[in-house]
Amino acid sequence: MLLSINGLTKSFQDLHVIKNVDITVEKGKVVTIMGPSGSGKTTFLRCLNGLELPEQGHYQFGDGFTLDFTQKLTKKDMLRLRRKSGMVFQSYHLFPHKTALQNVMEGPVIVQKKDKQIARNEAQQLLTKVGLHDKMDLYPHQLSGGQQQRVGIARALAIEPELMLFDEPTSALDPELVGEVLSVIKELANEGWTMVVVTHEVSFARHVSDHVIFMDGGHIVEQGPPKDVLEKPKEPRTQQFLTRIVKER
Amino acid sequence: MFLVNNVQVGLTDNVDLILQALWPMVEGAIKYTIPLALVSFFIGIIIALITAVMRLSPIRLVRAPATFYVSAIRGTPLLVQLFIVFYGLPTLGITLNPLPSAVIAFSLNVGAYASEIIRASISSIPKGQWEAGYTIGMNYTTTLRRIILPQATRVSIPPLSNTFISLIKDTSLASMILVTELFRKAQEIAATTYQFMLLYMEAAVLYWIICFALSIVQEVVERRLDRYIAK
Repeated sequence: MLLSINGLTKSFQDLHVIKNVDITVEKGKVVTIMGPSGSGKTTFLRCLNGLELPEQGHYQFGDGFTLDFTQKLTKKDMLRLRRKSGMVFQSYHLFPHKTALQNVMEGPVIVQKKDKQIARNEAQQLLTKVGLHDKMDLYPHQLSGGQQQRVGIARALAIEPELMLFDEPTSALDPELVGEVLSVIKELANEGWTMVVVTHEVSFARHVSDHVIFMDGGHIVEQGPPKDVLEKPKEPRTQQFLTRIVKER
Repeated sequence: MFLVNNVQVGLTDNVDLILQALWPMVEGAIKYTIPLALVSFFIGIIIALITAVMRLSPIRLVRAPATFYVSAIRGTPLLVQLFIVFYGLPTLGITLNPLPSAVIAFSLNVGAYASEIIRASISSIPKGQWEAGYTIGMNYTTTLRRIILPQATRVSIPPLSNTFISLIKDTSLASMILVTELFRKAQEIAATTYQFMLLYMEAAVLYWIICFALSIVQEVVERRLDRYIAK
């Protein structure tokens, strides 16, 4: 077990977005979260690394690090939580004033105080791995969406997180660019990275993930292996959603 | 014929006066106007940065003094601020020379205006940039310094250039507290020659030349920082 969360609750003013959700992420496994927009899946993902602060929730990490959000958290705990996971955003959020290489090096050099030369070598390896060995010195605005997102993945990997979080990593991309990003994520899954992926890509969820969570209205409606949830969903809401999303494709 | 001669004599006189007045005025600009503006702007930007960050704080007790300072400075005339520092402070036992008085007044003035520009520039950077900084493990200060400020700088260059150009012209107010800058020199020469139109026009042109040069510098800096903006 890498992370286990109990009783996660989050609301924005009067709007309850996440209602008492439990989840366990096993080491080396890929969890995909699906659900209609407004179901709370993105907020849920953002709670995992503290970008959103839940009102309640007990976090237990495999290394014994625990957090209880009913208590006031120290800055140190927040930083420790954030440094456990790398995040890939829907709209990339690359640093526009830095080259692809500098984007990837920023975390290791500035936060982890790694030697610059070592960090540079590692960043070059990461960018090569995501297929961007010839784009390292370009600025984000000189790259396509798919290339930018791959830099985003390399940047998140560079801090060597235990957990990789993906927030709809392909939703902002032109259809012909989706494949190149998904294949990078697939490769990471094969390498044994622990990942939580929010996505609408049913075939990705079916072929890559070990565990699928279907969320609606702030609850987990159904979860299990992709074969069960995606092919033989028990809940009517899951069935409805899957029929609709398949029709759209 | 006599009349034409007279005008011609007058014209030569005018050209002579302009040339004679040129060096004292340029000297005033080099020794006072430009250094005064540069030093005040530099100090002002530091004050502005601190004020802007204070105003963005979630803690009310941190925000309040910054808000008060900006309101007080923006709500009162620069000339009055200058007089308070130079003529007012001696009443409290603090006597300063004209130049330090001017630097203090101008720095505080620029600080207030520039803090609003910097605050708006910081706010204009998308929230996702902060989040991207946080997710690679940065804290607030590091994200601000490494990620947000470099981008906010590019956004703030045009309005800050405006502030600097205004400051160059506002330094003429220092003539009122006996700083012998460009305009004070023009006044002194005009007082003895009675050639007000000529000398004040000359002063105006000199200010214009300085500001024109600055706007060229601004363009160059903007172009160099353009890569800092997502397109």
